[in-house]
Amino acid sequence: MSLKKYFPVFVMPTLIAFLIAFVIPFVLGIFLSFTEFTTILDAQWTGISNYIKAFSNDDFLNALWFTVKFTAVSVVTINLAAFALANILTKGLKGTNLFRTVFFMPNLIGGIVLGYIWQLIINGVLKFFGVTITYDPAYGFWGLVILINWQLIGYMMVIYIAGLQNIPSDLQEAAKVDGANRWQTLRNVTLPLVMPSVTICTFLTLTNSFKLFDQNLALTAGAPSGQTAMLSLDIYNTFYSKVGWEGVGQAKAVIFFVIVAVISFTQLILTRKNEVEH
Amino acid sequence: MKKIASVILCAVMLFMLASCGNKDNPQTDTANKGGAQVYFLNFKPEVSDVYKEIASAYEKETGVKVKVVTAASDTYETTLKSEISKSEAPTIFQINGPVGFQGWKNYCLDLKDTRLYSYLIDKDLAVTEGDGVYGIPYVIEGYGIIYNGDIMDKYFALSDRATDISSVDEINNFQKLKAVVEDMTKNKKALGIDGVFASTSMSGGESWRWDSHLASVPFYYEMKEKDNDSSTLSVAYSAKETEFKYHNNFKNLLDLYINNSVSDKGLLSGKSVNDSMSEFALGKAAMVQNGNWAWAEISNVGGNKVDAKNIGYLPLYMGFDGEEKQGLCIGTENYFAINSKVSADKQKASIEFLEWLFSSETGKKYVNEKLKFMTPFNTFQENETPEDPLAQSVLDWMNRDVETIEWTFSSFPSQEFKNSFGDAMLEYIQGTNSWENVRKSVIDSWKRERA
Repeated sequence: MSLKKYFPVFVMPTLIAFLIAFVIPFVLGIFLSFTEFTTILDAQWTGISNYIKAFSNDDFLNALWFTVKFTAVSVVTINLAAFALANILTKGLKGTNLFRTVFFMPNLIGGIVLGYIWQLIINGVLKFFGVTITYDPAYGFWGLVILINWQLIGYMMVIYIAGLQNIPSDLQEAAKVDGANRWQTLRNVTLPLVMPSVTICTFLTLTNSFKLFDQNLALTAGAPSGQTAMLSLDIYNTFYSKVGWEGVGQAKAVIFFVIVAVISFTQLILTRKNEVEH
Repeated sequence: MKKIASVILCAVMLFMLASCGNKDNPQTDTANKGGAQVYFLNFKPEVSDVYKEIASAYEKETGVKVKVVTAASDTYETTLKSEISKSEAPTIFQINGPVGFQGWKNYCLDLKDTRLYSYLIDKDLAVTEGDGVYGIPYVIEGYGIIYNGDIMDKYFALSDRATDISSVDEINNFQKLKAVVEDMTKNKKALGIDGVFASTSMSGGESWRWDSHLASVPFYYEMKEKDNDSSTLSVAYSAKETEFKYHNNFKNLLDLYINNSVSDKGLLSGKSVNDSMSEFALGKAAMVQNGNWAWAEISNVGGNKVDAKNIGYLPLYMGFDGEEKQGLCIGTENYFAINSKVSADKQKASIEFLEWLFSSETGKKYVNEKLKFMTPFNTFQENETPEDPLAQSVLDWMNRDVETIEWTFSSFPSQEFKNSFGDAMLEYIQGTNSWENVRKSVIDSWKRERA
């Protein structure tokens, strides 16, 4: 009874905030993807024509393919590097805290700033070859991979460190007594026990890489010829640089949402399976 | 104890609410007279401070509040889209021509009966549809190749120059321009420059000088050939397709720019408009393609070496027949529109503000001296023109017996068209694509974006 009485007091603020900031824009967004509009207040229903237009040129599919490639590469590299660093920095070396802080720092810098910084660095190196990052889409691709690695490794490392520190030392000692070498301990004791961290980290890197926008905008802005535009950037360009294509941009955004949701749920389910209780 | 605390807290909050309410009532009264009646969303970041001054001067004179918000460079459409759906929407905004008007049709008030429209010298300049007048141009601008006279004089004084041209005024077609530029490149050490042309800026969002301005010329000739009687803007606007017939002429001048540039071809994609304007201002380059709005930027560069008395324009010669008679590209991309969805009071106040700005003594003074606009209005006398040297040079060219090139690019299908043109051009410049593919991409994207 008293719980019911206090329901509005405790839940309403969050519920209202959730409604205003999430549910309403979300529903409105889906509605707008079926309309033609300039601003969100004067929309005209056009059915699914926006969805047809979204696939009418290659831009969207190219961006999708580029994003998938990028995500696949960066999820692997980020997690491997972050796990390796976490492993080293939990061995009790000198200066561990300093290193942890330093590795974490790039994560505190905004994406646009990072993008411009790396553009300067990469162009500075490529200058010796008389070209810039826009010369070849591959340069843009690897530039983005380096950038996202640099930004996310520190963050993921912190999560892995927390996971590693949670492993009871008696398990590792027991493994040692049983004659397991380092690799075997890592493979059979440590890894299964940090699976929860792996789940979180793959989830975060997967969604972050997939939804990457500001770094992409600042580093290459899609050049050359939109060949390094990721999905978010393509949606943004569709929305703002074509007269009357706002609805199509919205439709692409809805498709984007569905893709992200499907991928991250599948990933969650798959990695959850590998988690063990101790 | 806790109870007392909460009682006090409630009392404080109630008091605050009440006092807010008290303040609100008289305020809503004055809001109708003195509140922000006019909300102007400004397009030109370089003069944002001037508009603020104008707003306070206007408030002093008439008591009407004017709110000025300036969109950051290249974000006007984005800002407008979000601002206009708010309850305090902009009352004055701007559209960039017939194409921009299509997007904002539902928000543009018919200005046919305003005095502002009656001030317009050439009524054809306005954006119209049917009987209605929806956009009124407020500034006339011209672009071409800006040259630094000091460096040119130095070249013409060289004893071992390979051309027989002896002053800038003799350059009146592409062949002569090319001969002079290429010879200048050979002598760049003697002239103390790094290249004849400032960098052809191609970084993201910075390629408009080529994909819009430079591209305007070949399309002007193509559209004029299609229909000689009407404005090339309206011909281009209704053209479903283009042949990009004069792509070779376009390529002529573009090649000249990139082969005689301050920067290597491969590095152009890292250059911004600012970079190239400061190269020009610092005397590293002798020429740069831009419009008269660039004067503010040139003169603001620290250590600038450009002599205001010795600066001028050359038209964009590309090797057309009879281009000796070609003038600068003069037109506008800036049209005022009044928001048709705000209250009639606000619309009236907004129109009055604009009329004041362009016809009262105070307003005109601001326009001339601070905004430095050449206006298309008959309220300005001949001596009431901005003093900056580039604007004067544009006026000078307008009075010569030459054919002015219209801003045909304002009828290009969309921003996306310009972007993809710029992208293709970049690939050509850095050598990863052929010119033939650039031509194809222009033709294709015109068709696609017009559809």
